[in-house]
Amino acid sequence: MTQASLAQAADPRKPWTDPAAQPFVRIEAVTKKFLDFTAVDAVSLDIYRSELFCLLGGSGSGKSTLLRMLAGFETPTSGRIIIDGQDMTDVPPYERPINMMFQSYALFPHMSVEQNVAYGLKQDGVPKADIARRVAEMLDLVKMGSFARRKPHQLSGGQRQRVALARSLVKRPKLLLLDEPLGALDKKLREETQFELMKIQQALGITFIVVTHDQEEAMTLSSRMGVMNHGHIVQVGEPHDLYEFPGSRFVAEFIGSVNLFEGTLVEDEPDHVRIESPDAGCTLYVNHGISSAPAQQVEVAIRPEKIRLSRQHPGQTDNVSAGVIDEIAYMGNLSIFQIRLNSGKMIRVTRPNLDRYDEMPLQPKEPVFCSWGPASGVVLSA
Amino acid sequence: MMRRRSTSLKVLALTGFAFLYLPIVTMVVLSFNESRLVTVWSGFSPKWYGELLQDDQILGAAAISLKIAFISASLAVVLGTLAGFALSRFNKFRGKVALTGMVSAPLVMPEVITGLALLLLFVAMEGLLGWPKGRGVVTLIISHVTFCMAYVAVVVQSRLADMDGVIEEAALDLGARPWRVFVDITLPMIAPALVSGWLLSFTVSFDDLVISAFVSGPGYSTLPMVIFSKVRLGVSPEVNALATMMIVVVGIGVVLFTWNAARLHRMRQREERAAAAGL
Repeated sequence: MTQASLAQAADPRKPWTDPAAQPFVRIEAVTKKFLDFTAVDAVSLDIYRSELFCLLGGSGSGKSTLLRMLAGFETPTSGRIIIDGQDMTDVPPYERPINMMFQSYALFPHMSVEQNVAYGLKQDGVPKADIARRVAEMLDLVKMGSFARRKPHQLSGGQRQRVALARSLVKRPKLLLLDEPLGALDKKLREETQFELMKIQQALGITFIVVTHDQEEAMTLSSRMGVMNHGHIVQVGEPHDLYEFPGSRFVAEFIGSVNLFEGTLVEDEPDHVRIESPDAGCTLYVNHGISSAPAQQVEVAIRPEKIRLSRQHPGQTDNVSAGVIDEIAYMGNLSIFQIRLNSGKMIRVTRPNLDRYDEMPLQPKEPVFCSWGPASGVVLSA
Repeated sequence: MMRRRSTSLKVLALTGFAFLYLPIVTMVVLSFNESRLVTVWSGFSPKWYGELLQDDQILGAAAISLKIAFISASLAVVLGTLAGFALSRFNKFRGKVALTGMVSAPLVMPEVITGLALLLLFVAMEGLLGWPKGRGVVTLIISHVTFCMAYVAVVVQSRLADMDGVIEEAALDLGARPWRVFVDITLPMIAPALVSGWLLSFTVSFDDLVISAFVSGPGYSTLPMVIFSKVRLGVSPEVNALATMMIVVVGIGVVLFTWNAARLHRMRQREERAAAAGL
């Protein structure tokens, strides 16, 4: 996928591009069954030091179960979990060099903010003076220094989230697990907190594994992400790779929105493919080869922002299809067009609103040509 | 329309309360009757209360009852908490459902049967092990613990079910061993349930007549047993006075408990409002 980056010397910020790099967390063929239900199915995954790795998936995809196995709250039915070279599969949670930030924060309601943060250090028998100093430092880092004496029920949701973060970081874990860390915050606060979380992660250099169902959050936060579905990891990669080169229909649809065209493979060369698609009402030309049987039925995914709209025919023979504008949704920064192609298929096109005022804006019911370049489409194998 | 409805509501409420409290009010009033004949009112007098305090049999029985209720409630809180904790926090194990049902069985078991079963057990144990020797305070306490424990287990179990198990996981995650988690996190969080479990056990133990009658021996009569045996010889104003005093003691406890719970609730609400306002 990232042939270009593999060919160059490995980027030290991207250890996964270096074949010699040792992973920090190794999940080896881990399966978890609850009675008849397989929550996690033979998942293997390598995560490197100082990564901010997101596990992205819908509810029931197995992402939370995988996280709970990393924390030690669940034992894998089979497979191994190795962290920093040590087999952790059967180590109880209180002996793992890992901390977790819970979705509900799970603050101790009968303890003050200070006592909450100090609890983990006390269990390790850290001297009192050190505890006080480290707790104060950590509370300052999350900007909660002036709330040290409060009880959790006297704090707002955002403040509780900060205390939970401080409590999970204060022991300087080798690995921090975060279960939907921003899920309970409102949209604006969530966006601010995302960047703060990234800053803290970079400052401390701790490896983060974040579970989330929010694809935007995963895209913003992660160095790499793994998409999960039905207990499997469907695809792992950098956000850019997953968005631009989805390997399957599931990933293409789960991350961002996408137009899918069905068609028959008519030309399969190493540097391009041609697909006859009655669905799209034109021949699809994609500038990357795939290895498959001729005349195979395939799907081509094209992101809405990669399609151009024009009143005149753009002059190309492939990748152009005529249609009629059905609806336009004005979103401020961009507009979303619903277009009915002459084949009957509805597609979605987004266009940035570059100018404040358009002399001749496209109108609903107006006929248009939709076109895109040879590098815009992705042929999906599954 | 509203007015009529609120009037009829008042009537309904009054009827209900009358049904509940009329017998007790009658008894309290009659305990101040000067006459020895319970149902013949001859004037107000507190003299039966005075006589009560002279009665060694009643004072002795009251002491035994209080002691048994105190010890039984305390032991029941310990055992019931462990049972409730095991049932709500341990992972699924074989027979968990059956055990959950069995723990609360003593609450619905006819007391006569429980009493008889306990008596048979004590007799058999004495024959085989030589302990407990005869029937007395020990057998009373063991018996009271068995049914009080069921109350505590049920109260604790429901409190733990309300409580988020994630909070305990968070403590484990921070390096606390399971026993520390129980002491540091679980116990403080279920403390209110323990207090109400203890109060409930104390009252139930203090009240118990049927099971106690089976398992106590000569010289170890509890207060309800004394009242019952006195009443069999005819209701006396002295018994009315004694019962009134029991009601006062229990009533004060209930009022204190309710007042305290309401106060804590109001305090928490105030703090939450302040936090929401961003103070």
